[in-house]
Amino acid sequence: MTTQRTPGRRKQAFAAAAAVAALLTTAACGGGDDDNGGSKSGAAGFDAANNKVAQASEAKKGGTLKFGGAQDADSWDTTRGYYGFMWNFARYYSRQLVTNKTEPGKPGAEITPDLASGLAKVTDDGKTYTYTLRDGVTWEDGKPITSKDIKYGIERVWAQDVLSGGPTYLKDFLDPKGEYKGPYKDTSKDKLGLKAIDTPDDKTIVFHLPTANSDFEEVLALVSASPVRQDKDTKSKYGLHPFATGPYKFESYSPGKNLTLVRNTEWKQASDPVRKAYPDKITVQFFSDANQLDQRLLNGDLDLDINQTGMSPQGRTTALKQHKANLDNPVSGYVRYAVFPQSVKPFDNIECRKAVIYGADHVSLQTARGGPVAGGDIGTNMLPPSVPGAEGQKYDPYEIAGANKTGNADEAKKALKACGKPNGFSTTIAVRNNKPVEVATAQSLQASLKKVGINAQIDQYDGSQTAGIIGSPSNVKKKNYGIIIMGWGPDFPSVQGYGLPLWDSKYILDSGNNNYALIDDKKIDGLFDTYVKTLDDAGKTKISTEINHKVMEGAYYLPFTFEKFINWRSDNLANVYTSNGYSGMYDFVNLGLKSAK
Amino acid sequence: MTAPLHEPTAEAAPSAAEEAAVATTGVTAVQGRSLGRIAWERLKRDKLALTGGVVVLVLILLALLAPVITHLVGQDPDAYNEGLIDPLFGTPKGALGGISGEHLLGVEPVNGRDIFARVLYGARVSLLVGFLSAMVAVFLGTILGILAGFFGGWVDSLISRVMDGLLAFPQLLFTIALVSVMPNAMLGLTGSNVRVFVMIVVIGFFGWPYIGRVVRGQTISMREREYVEAARSLGAGRLYILFKELLPNLVAPIVVYTTMMIPTNILTEAALSFLGVGVKPPTSSWGQMLSSAIDYYESDPMYMVVPGVAIFITVLAFNLFGDGVRDALDPKASR
Repeated sequence: MTTQRTPGRRKQAFAAAAAVAALLTTAACGGGDDDNGGSKSGAAGFDAANNKVAQASEAKKGGTLKFGGAQDADSWDTTRGYYGFMWNFARYYSRQLVTNKTEPGKPGAEITPDLASGLAKVTDDGKTYTYTLRDGVTWEDGKPITSKDIKYGIERVWAQDVLSGGPTYLKDFLDPKGEYKGPYKDTSKDKLGLKAIDTPDDKTIVFHLPTANSDFEEVLALVSASPVRQDKDTKSKYGLHPFATGPYKFESYSPGKNLTLVRNTEWKQASDPVRKAYPDKITVQFFSDANQLDQRLLNGDLDLDINQTGMSPQGRTTALKQHKANLDNPVSGYVRYAVFPQSVKPFDNIECRKAVIYGADHVSLQTARGGPVAGGDIGTNMLPPSVPGAEGQKYDPYEIAGANKTGNADEAKKALKACGKPNGFSTTIAVRNNKPVEVATAQSLQASLKKVGINAQIDQYDGSQTAGIIGSPSNVKKKNYGIIIMGWGPDFPSVQGYGLPLWDSKYILDSGNNNYALIDDKKIDGLFDTYVKTLDDAGKTKISTEINHKVMEGAYYLPFTFEKFINWRSDNLANVYTSNGYSGMYDFVNLGLKSAK
Repeated sequence: MTAPLHEPTAEAAPSAAEEAAVATTGVTAVQGRSLGRIAWERLKRDKLALTGGVVVLVLILLALLAPVITHLVGQDPDAYNEGLIDPLFGTPKGALGGISGEHLLGVEPVNGRDIFARVLYGARVSLLVGFLSAMVAVFLGTILGILAGFFGGWVDSLISRVMDGLLAFPQLLFTIALVSVMPNAMLGLTGSNVRVFVMIVVIGFFGWPYIGRVVRGQTISMREREYVEAARSLGAGRLYILFKELLPNLVAPIVVYTTMMIPTNILTEAALSFLGVGVKPPTSSWGQMLSSAIDYYESDPMYMVVPGVAIFITVLAFNLFGDGVRDALDPKASR
């Protein structure tokens, strides 16, 4: 539903490079399966924190947790942030009605009560959600958090003219017609004019959806549903110092340089079932030069990379060779792929699309993405493994990871013949110029397609102009972009949070389009309509699988990889685990330190 | 009328006359030598310049014969050899970037393309752009320079101001902007050829004022000389004076500037490719190879060394040769 968004969370809009190395002395042997896999004082072992908790018992209270990053958040304002790591980090200083479970792997994507005393009481066929607030929840000045503060925080999403940038799911779900004009243009005295939310008393909040949406609670778990207090709302400047509800508050922040959080003394452990709040202080240091960040991680000055988008080739190689026990290799939740716009001939013909899928050398594409470890497993379908209903490599309709792994020239030629282009055709591959890895995949595709008679030219466009270049169907047609190289990750782990903007005909836009293939299939649209009305998990999972199958049967996409990252954790980190709720990043909020250095 | 090259000319003449005088005082009459011949004999004595010249010749041959040579060693510059890549690191298996009997200079990281073949093909782009853009610059610079110098007045003012403007223009930025808005196909060219064409035109266009200034200056110093006066008094037309009297005497400085300009242009091409506005993949070029080698300078330094050395050798050879040619044609600038 991120209609005006560039792909997925904007976290992918940068390639944070974190070359790495470690506290040399304590690099333990790899392969630890549990807390005791590595040495206690040293690193936990390769993949020790991937989908499981590493060294939970080593975490001590106190100390300074040090993040480094090559990229600052788009905004620390809970309403405006869209980078995945910002959503993850924001849990330090902000609380929501519900949030992701603080558990490794799959359960990490499940919802658990935070400010609310329990999950929603859903009535009225899924159109009414009622929450009661927990006792003892307070702002950083000690005042209690009320249901009105939550309503006001949510209303800020409507003020897109002032507070642009964040996800707008709440607005799309609660007020699809856009009747409410936002709190800054609200004529009611208390600025709480949004009709879709009722606050009968300070402890109760009721949401009224015009139509049911089975993912509504997922959306309430996004940080954009955080409370904001009216008297502390500094509008567009709020991101410089958000008023805290979580265990930490802003001490200082200078954008692009550093950020320091200190304990929020008004926060009480008893009021918060989610957060452990181990360290006393959290610092983030930003570097314009990724190599400098690498060096700092190498020296042991920093504990982890806040961007969590994997290490650069250089640092990765060093780390894999010398400090494997400090690394995790989680699945990121992204699918990397090529997509065929049906407006560009001959990709209006399904057989020509299949010819490309069959002709491509999938192992070569995987190598270009970084290989099986740093790049990910060969992608065989379009649903990321972290989304319920995904089947991973088990669903492989074109035998991409099987018989046709290195390309199947015979099948490709057969498809070309069926398409009426027995001698092949010419087309253009559009690829972002600021992503060397994507350019490498484009070259690999170009080389393998040449063997089956498809001559592809590579057009590298300005990566910061994605929305206007490949997001404009008329421009795509004009430039003859038959193949577009892209990637996409879920905003929240569901087929709706991932696939709706990609596959639903309603999301074909004149600019900022993400349905690049221009899929207009009544069956797929219908399945999405059924999905939002289906309230039981088993039913939702089944529809997700079905949508994925329909998309693959249309041969609109050539998936490259189910992306994986190589992420670094320092020897001093404890209670580390990756979470599907944050696309395979470490769950920041409960990280602890072994010693308070 | 004598052929102007035999005339004592502005730069080279006095000492050429001296030498000729020495030669004629011999017992038997020695046939007069042309300036070209004198220069060649001087050049022959300059071992460094000769070496440079030979290297340049070899490079040109290698570039011309690139398809033949790569065929002989059984390599295709665009063929992927993932089998030679370590899937964990993306770098070539084996020492020194995968150097082997089959892959003489190793293979590229990630895709395993043969570096030897790609460097050879890269030489084609570098030399083609280097030479042709120098030709464009020489052509424009000579014509406009000679016109400015000969006619003077408002013609000179106009051309000189244009030259000043161009010299002050941020060439690299302009090229980057221009290349990125170029269509994929134009004038019957497609893909990389469009980029090569644009680079030749742009580098040549921004290069002509350097030659133009020199030619203009030379022309001004020559246009009032006796032999020009003589031609004029005999009723020679302007065009005749321009192209038969003046131009031949400008050959020496033009040749010198051309040999100096080619390596500069090769470097500019490499810089443009490095910045991603050069040839398009899969066409290889040295600058592009250097650019992609940055990510592997620690894990696979050979990948950066090879194109780097290629650029170094080429530019050095051209410069040595160019210096030699200048010394030979302009003996006043003795070392």
